[in-house]
Amino acid sequence: MKAAVLQFPGSNCDRDMVEGFRLAGFAAETVWHKETTLPDGIDVVGVPGGFSYGDYLRCGAIAAQSPIMRAVADFAAKGGHVLGVCNGFQVLCETRLLPGVLMRNAGLKFVCRAEPLTVATTDSPFTSEYGPGQSVTVPIAHHDGNYQIDDEGLAALRAEDRIAFTYQDNPNGSRANIAGVLSANRRVLGMMPHPERAVEDTQGGTDGAPLFAALAGALVAA
Amino acid sequence: MKATVTVMLKQGVLDPQGEAVKSALGSMGFEGVGGVRQGKLIELDLADGTTEAQVTEMCEKLLANTVIESYRVEMGA
Repeated sequence: MKAAVLQFPGSNCDRDMVEGFRLAGFAAETVWHKETTLPDGIDVVGVPGGFSYGDYLRCGAIAAQSPIMRAVADFAAKGGHVLGVCNGFQVLCETRLLPGVLMRNAGLKFVCRAEPLTVATTDSPFTSEYGPGQSVTVPIAHHDGNYQIDDEGLAALRAEDRIAFTYQDNPNGSRANIAGVLSANRRVLGMMPHPERAVEDTQGGTDGAPLFAALAGALVAA
Repeated sequence: MKATVTVMLKQGVLDPQGEAVKSALGSMGFEGVGGVRQGKLIELDLADGTTEAQVTEMCEKLLANTVIESYRVEMGA
């Protein structure tokens, strides 16, 4: 199993995400944003957190137009798995691989804390190792994590069971307490909380580890 | 030639920064500020002959996120 983690100028969770994949048994490498193709044989692409391009214009907007993201869009269109965390979630929304937008936190402050989440669906290659409705604690660290989507879009997410995680104590004003959403084919996940910051005991918790383990299991089975 | 693009959050989209500015103006004693909306103004320095349609495409593809933002293009001399 091979994972590619993208690096944009300003990414700062790329190495953490590589480690998350490696602990779950992946061979993981980083890929620079100017590359026009992904390495051969990649099973999953990670779009990491950070502040790509200094959050200029809108968070994720400029990274979404980078050469590597065209390759990622093609990869996703062919059924490839993609995990976007924090700034990576913003990038996936800007490329329209996921619906909705991430706006400035309703409280206007940067929020950094261990956040209790509820696993809203276990029907995905990312969440199948959790129990239905399981409570997990995963760190958040963002200024623009206020997920917004129109009525029609929200109805579609609910009807198709595409809300992956919800906040138990909404930290940023996100509609319907949404912390993470899946694509229609369930193979693209974007989430503001950082599962890669909760994969080893030394990080203070391991509630993110089942996400990487589930993905490894799904890709082995595939 | 120049063009000016104004990007604003669409009506109905909550603008927490605008609300914070409004609240600050109120606390400074400025009365009667009924609402504040904050947006972006982008000035483009363009090759002669660039069309408004081309600038509109720039807006659609990058300068605005049309899910939540509207934009206005003004072509200058």
